[in-house]
Amino acid sequence: MQLFPCPFCGPRDETEFHFGGEAGKVRPEPAGEVSPAAWSRYLHRNANPRGATREIWVHLTCGEFFLMERDTVTHAVAASWSLRKEEP
Amino acid sequence: MSGRYSAFALLREGLRGHTGWKPAWRMAEPKKEYDVVIVGGGGHGLATAYYLAKNHGIRNVAVIEKSWLGGGNTGRNTTTIRSNYFYPESVALYDFALKLYEGLGRELNYNIMFSQRGVVTVAHSDAEMEIAARIVNAMQINGADAELLGPGEVFERIPLANAGPKARYPVFGGVWQGRAGVARHDAVAWGYARAADGFGVDIVQDCEVEGFLVENGRCAGVETSKGTIRAGAMALAVAGHSSVLAAKAGFDLPIRSYSLQAMVSEPVKPCLDTVVLYLGTGTYLFQSDKGEIVVGGGIDRVPSYAQRGNPPAQQTIISGMLEMFPSFGQLKMLRQWAGNVDVVPDSSPIIGPSPLPGLYLNCGWGTGGFKSIPAGGWLTAHLIAKGDHHEISRPFDLDRFATGRLIDEAAGSGIAH
Repeated sequence: MQLFPCPFCGPRDETEFHFGGEAGKVRPEPAGEVSPAAWSRYLHRNANPRGATREIWVHLTCGEFFLMERDTVTHAVAASWSLRKEEP
Repeated sequence: MSGRYSAFALLREGLRGHTGWKPAWRMAEPKKEYDVVIVGGGGHGLATAYYLAKNHGIRNVAVIEKSWLGGGNTGRNTTTIRSNYFYPESVALYDFALKLYEGLGRELNYNIMFSQRGVVTVAHSDAEMEIAARIVNAMQINGADAELLGPGEVFERIPLANAGPKARYPVFGGVWQGRAGVARHDAVAWGYARAADGFGVDIVQDCEVEGFLVENGRCAGVETSKGTIRAGAMALAVAGHSSVLAAKAGFDLPIRSYSLQAMVSEPVKPCLDTVVLYLGTGTYLFQSDKGEIVVGGGIDRVPSYAQRGNPPAQQTIISGMLEMFPSFGQLKMLRQWAGNVDVVPDSSPIIGPSPLPGLYLNCGWGTGGFKSIPAGGWLTAHLIAKGDHHEISRPFDLDRFATGRLIDEAAGSGIAH
């Protein structure tokens, strides 16, 4: 069992967390002017990197949304911080 | 090629101490240029090369593989072949694969040990029985064989299933597909490799892609650890690593990579002669020819390129197996492994042109790559040779994510991702 660091609760079992998506995606606006291709890109396309990645996760038990930097090959977690606070 | 395999050849070699067998394919070094270069020496890549040669007469072809042949998901799956899907597009695709599998051993002159022992998908409530009936109806309308079973018929097929009064997932009935079954996964890769090699296809192992040659906005070849190889057209058949190679070619895909794990027990006497999936546990299992119980389930929920899998998913799979077959609590598990599967939002594959002209995609198979190998290869070969879709692959083009014509099998047939 891997432990993920919730910025609010501290380290908890991986099963308590839900993957939210890759960090850095910005919803295209205004909706009326967004082309199907641009919307599809926002909705579906991912970098899906092998190695270092920045992702949004939610800790289901406390409801905290946060950013986590981790490695998709080694599963090592480098850092996590709350989305309610400024990035360090 | 290494000569035709037959009972006579076996007898002859038996009499002379098995000294006359030749390697099943050549260890080729890459030439400077090919008509077609396929990245990925797994089932889909090798099948694409085979059908390019056989169906379209294109034999100046190379398959390049970064490690060893069939060492990715082709060697890491649980070998089940079935076509019990919901949408007409999906049944057309997976049933085409199943039909090709039915004649494949003879066609390739290679024993792929395809055993059509049937798959039973077990339902656990009246509501799930209605879903089961819906799937059976959809499959029959789409021309695939399917049968709705009552509880007695399920226990006839799997007498060891949990019939106790305290069963968490009681057996109400299920969906039966009798033509489904299992095949020897390595043999499928090796059979296609041997047959493709027989047509003159070069299979180059230990050859990693480092980048793509782009000339006039078109893919003109590939930079590899064994030098530059020019190509008239290229295809990617690299499953869980599709995003990595797409990034090298300058585009991204609607794919996320996850670990999908499986495990086998020690070999035991014959006790299970069909493939079983419980809707309630998501665990599926069958007994291999060697007697091992082969068990699998859903993907790990953490995006990953690690080919190992984490304990929570193992626990779900094993506890599911114990619920389904309490007597299997005596089994000792021998091995556990994982592959990297390429999961797409609608759980259907992507076959079609990539955003880079001259480069074609065969990816997004998720947890269902092995069962689709013959169809994936056939359709990708058609796409490369004709420059346009076969009617079966047309709905699976990358453009469906912009047009919105998704083929959502996670909703349609309850795929576990």
